[in-house]
Amino acid sequence: MKKENFEIMDSVDYDIAWCPGCGNHGIREVLKDALIELNLRPQEVVMVSGIGQAAKIPHYVKTNVFNGLHGRSLPPALAIKAANPSLTVIAESGDGCMYGEGGNHFLHTILRNPDITVFVHDNMVYGLTKGQASPTSQKGFTTPVQPADRCGVTNTPFNPLALAISMDASFVARAFIGDRDKTKEIMKKAIQHKGFALVDILQPCVTYNKVNTFKWFKENTYYLDDSHNPKAQIMSFEKALETEKLPLGVFYVNSSKPTFEDESGVYDDNKTPLHMREVNVQKLTRLMDSLKDGI
Amino acid sequence: MKNDVSIVLAGAAGQGIETVAGMLASIIKNSGYNVFVTREFMSRIRGGTNSLQMRVSSEKIAAYTKHTDVAFPLNSTAISHLRKYGRLNKETTVIGEGEFLKGESAADLADLIEVPFTELAKEVGGKIYSNTVAAGVIASIFNVDEEVASNYLSSRFASKGEDVVDNNLRAYRRGFEIGNDLKERGKLNFSLENNPSVKEDLLLSGTQAVALGAIAGGCNFIAAYPMSPSTGVLTFLSQQAREFGIVVDQAEDEISAMNKNLGAWYAGARAMVTTSGGGFALMTEGLSLAGMIENPMVIHLAQRPGPATGLPTRTEQGDLNFVLHAGHGEFPRVIFTPGTVEEGFRLTRAAFNVAAKYQVPVFVLTDQFFVDSSNNTPKPDLKWTVEKHIVTTDENYQRYRLVKDGVSPRGVPGHGTGVVVADSDEHDENGHITEDLNLRPKMVNKRLHKKLQLLQEDAIPPKLIGDSKYNTLMVTWGSNYYAVKEAVEVSNTDGVALLHFSQVYPISEKAIKHLKKAEKIVVVENNAVGQFADLIQKETGIQIPDENRLLSYNGLPFAVEEITRFIEDITKKERA
Repeated sequence: MKKENFEIMDSVDYDIAWCPGCGNHGIREVLKDALIELNLRPQEVVMVSGIGQAAKIPHYVKTNVFNGLHGRSLPPALAIKAANPSLTVIAESGDGCMYGEGGNHFLHTILRNPDITVFVHDNMVYGLTKGQASPTSQKGFTTPVQPADRCGVTNTPFNPLALAISMDASFVARAFIGDRDKTKEIMKKAIQHKGFALVDILQPCVTYNKVNTFKWFKENTYYLDDSHNPKAQIMSFEKALETEKLPLGVFYVNSSKPTFEDESGVYDDNKTPLHMREVNVQKLTRLMDSLKDGI
Repeated sequence: MKNDVSIVLAGAAGQGIETVAGMLASIIKNSGYNVFVTREFMSRIRGGTNSLQMRVSSEKIAAYTKHTDVAFPLNSTAISHLRKYGRLNKETTVIGEGEFLKGESAADLADLIEVPFTELAKEVGGKIYSNTVAAGVIASIFNVDEEVASNYLSSRFASKGEDVVDNNLRAYRRGFEIGNDLKERGKLNFSLENNPSVKEDLLLSGTQAVALGAIAGGCNFIAAYPMSPSTGVLTFLSQQAREFGIVVDQAEDEISAMNKNLGAWYAGARAMVTTSGGGFALMTEGLSLAGMIENPMVIHLAQRPGPATGLPTRTEQGDLNFVLHAGHGEFPRVIFTPGTVEEGFRLTRAAFNVAAKYQVPVFVLTDQFFVDSSNNTPKPDLKWTVEKHIVTTDENYQRYRLVKDGVSPRGVPGHGTGVVVADSDEHDENGHITEDLNLRPKMVNKRLHKKLQLLQEDAIPPKLIGDSKYNTLMVTWGSNYYAVKEAVEVSNTDGVALLHFSQVYPISEKAIKHLKKAEKIVVVENNAVGQFADLIQKETGIQIPDENRLLSYNGLPFAVEEITRFIEDITKKERA
C-alpha cells in the first residue's frame, strides 16, 4: 500500500493552519507513516478530536473525522468504537483539550477501557488562544495571564502519565516528536494495543513557549531502557513521577483488561456493527405481552 | 351510574404503596376496567408522605382529580397531607387503622371506617401482609374474580415460595370479605360497567412507553446520567440491553452523555439520551454540535419544576422555551410532546426515523406526571419500518454535499470506500474546516432554512376533539391532554373543543385553520407564563391574552376540577 493513501493534499489544497516549525507537522508525518505501516485503509480509521491547533490534525490526514467540541474528543471516540468495533479509533488533541477542558472525560474514559488510542500533543501551553498556561505548564512559566509579578504559573503541573498509571490505564507512553522514528514506533504500539492507550507526545510551541523548546526537550528527556518492566505498575508509576528529566517510551501496559465494547455484551454472539442491525420484532412482541400484567 | 371511582393510598415512602397499587392495577384491568394510576412523592428514599391515586373507570380516563371516593391513610400524616391539597371531603370514605384516623385533620370527615389491617394480617401470616388485606378490600368494590387475583399473586410471589403465595391469598381473601361486609352495610357501593376488551390491554407507564418506543424505533445505544424524573428510561433500556443489543453507558456527566450519543449516531448507531432540565442544560453545547454537523439525535427530556434543582420529584412544563432555544447558533429541531402513553410510544419510535431522515435533533418532551403515571392502553401495532437513511460511500463521497433539499446523503465510517468527515467548525462539502465566507451562507441555508421547511411540511398536525362547531378552543400540549379532555366532557358545554398538540415545533400549518376558527383560544399549561401560548403567537400571529392562559405551577399536575371550573367560568361570562 502506498503512502499517498493517507495524504489528503493530493485531492484538496487546504492551507495548514500551523506555524512553521511547529511540532504538529512532524506528528502529522509520523502518524501517516504509522497508519500505512499498520496496513490500515483510510475508511477503516476514525480520527476524533476536540478544539485547538493540535485538534486540527484530522483535517490534514485522509481518514474519517469527528472533530467535535473542545475537551470532548473522548466521549464520541468511545461511542464510535462501541458502535462499530471494526474501526480503528484515534482521539487526538492538545494538552489543554484533553487534560483541561476534557479532564473529567479523561478520567472516566480510562475507567471504561475502550479500545481507542489517545495521542496528546503536549507543548505545555495554549497556542490557539495565544499563549496562556495549560494544565501541563511548568511552575513559574509566565504568560500574559500568569504574569511574572504573580510568579507565573503557580499550579502544580498535571501529570497525565502518573494519573493514568495510577488508574491502571491499559497502555501509557510518552514520546518526543524531536525523535520521529521512536515516536512512530510508540504510536504503532499504541494503535495495536487492545484497550485504552495513551501517548503523551512532547512537542515545542515555537510561538508561545520559549522555555520548553526543541533544545530543552532534547536535554531534559531520556528513554526508558530494558531494565524497565512495563508490566510493573508501581515501578511505572515511580518513573512517571520523575520530573528532573522526563522519561520517554512505554511506561505501562496491562493487556489483561476487557474493553468497554466487549463488556457491553452487544458483540457476544453477533459481531455486526450497530448500523447493520435490525429490531427484533418477535422479542419486542414478547416484551409487550409481558406488560399486560403491568407495573 | 358512576363513571369512575377514585381511590387514594397515602403513606410513607417504603411502606409498599407501589406494590399494592401494582397488584390492584393489574387485577382490576384484568377484570375489564380502565385503570389509571398517578403518583406524587417527596424527594427522599424513606419516610415523608407520598400518595398514589388510582382511578377505575368504564370509559378511558387518565387524569388527576382532587375528588377521592375512598382513601386509605397508611400513616399518621396521611390525612393531613391529603387535606392540605383538598383531596378529602365529606363524601370520601376513609378506611384505615384506628390510629391513623385520629387527630384534628380527620375531625370533620363524615365517613371514617376503622379496619385493623395489621391485626388481620398477623392472623393470616404476618404484619407484612397488611397491604394485601387492603388490596382485597379494594378488589371487592369491583367484584374482582378470585382466580384473577390468585393468578397474579402466584406469578408475582412465585419466587418467594408457596407459603408467601398462600399467605398473600389468605390476606387478600380476608380483605375481600371485609369489603363485602362494608358493601352490605351500604358502603363502597359504586357500580361501574366493565368492558371485557380492556383485559387485552397493556398497562404502561409513560416511562415504559418512551422506552418501548425507543426499542421499536431501533435504539441501540444510550448514554445518560441519572436524573429524576427521567432515569426510568435508562433503567428500562439497561434491563433490556442484553435482549435487544443496546450499548448502555451511565456517563460521568451529561456533557459526556450527549457527546457519546452524537459519536454513536455518527458511527451509525441509533442513540438517545434521557434527562431532565438541569441535565439538559449541560447538554446544550453538544446539541449545538448536532446542529452544526447535522447529526441525528433523540433527546427524551422529562421536565420537573426549576430553576436549578427546583422540585426534583414534581411536575411542570417549564422547559419548552429552553428546549426551543437551547444551543448556540441557529439550527433546526423537532419537538414532540406526547399526551398519552400511546403517543409516548409512537412518537419516541418516530423520533428515530425523523432524526435519521432529516439529520436533526428530535426531542420527546415529557414531564414527571407523564412518566410516573400508568394506564391501560391497547397493544400498539408493531408494524413499522426503521428508516436508516444511510448510504454506502464511494471515494468521492462528500458528507455535506450541497443538495437541493438540504439533506445531504449520510454515510457512516466503514460503510463504503469513502471517508466521512464531520467538523464543529464551519466546513466545506467534504466536511473539512473552512473560512470561506461565500460558502457560509450556503451551508446555513442548507442545514437551517431548507430543512426547516421540510420539517414544517412533515409536522404532525394537532388533534381536534369535541364539538366541531366550537367557539372556544382549549389548547393542550403534552401531559395535560387527558385532564382537559375530561374537563371538556364533564362541563358538557356547547361550543367547546380541544386542540391537542403532540408536536409543538415546528407547528403544523394545519393548526392555523383550527386556531383561526375559534372565537376564544384558551391555552392550558403547567408553567408560570404560558410558553406555548407565546410560541403560538410568534408562529401564527394569533394573540392569546393572559386571561385566556390557564396556568398552574405548584408542582402538581392539573386536576380535572380546576379546568372544569375555568371552562364553566368563561362560558358563564360569555353568556352573561
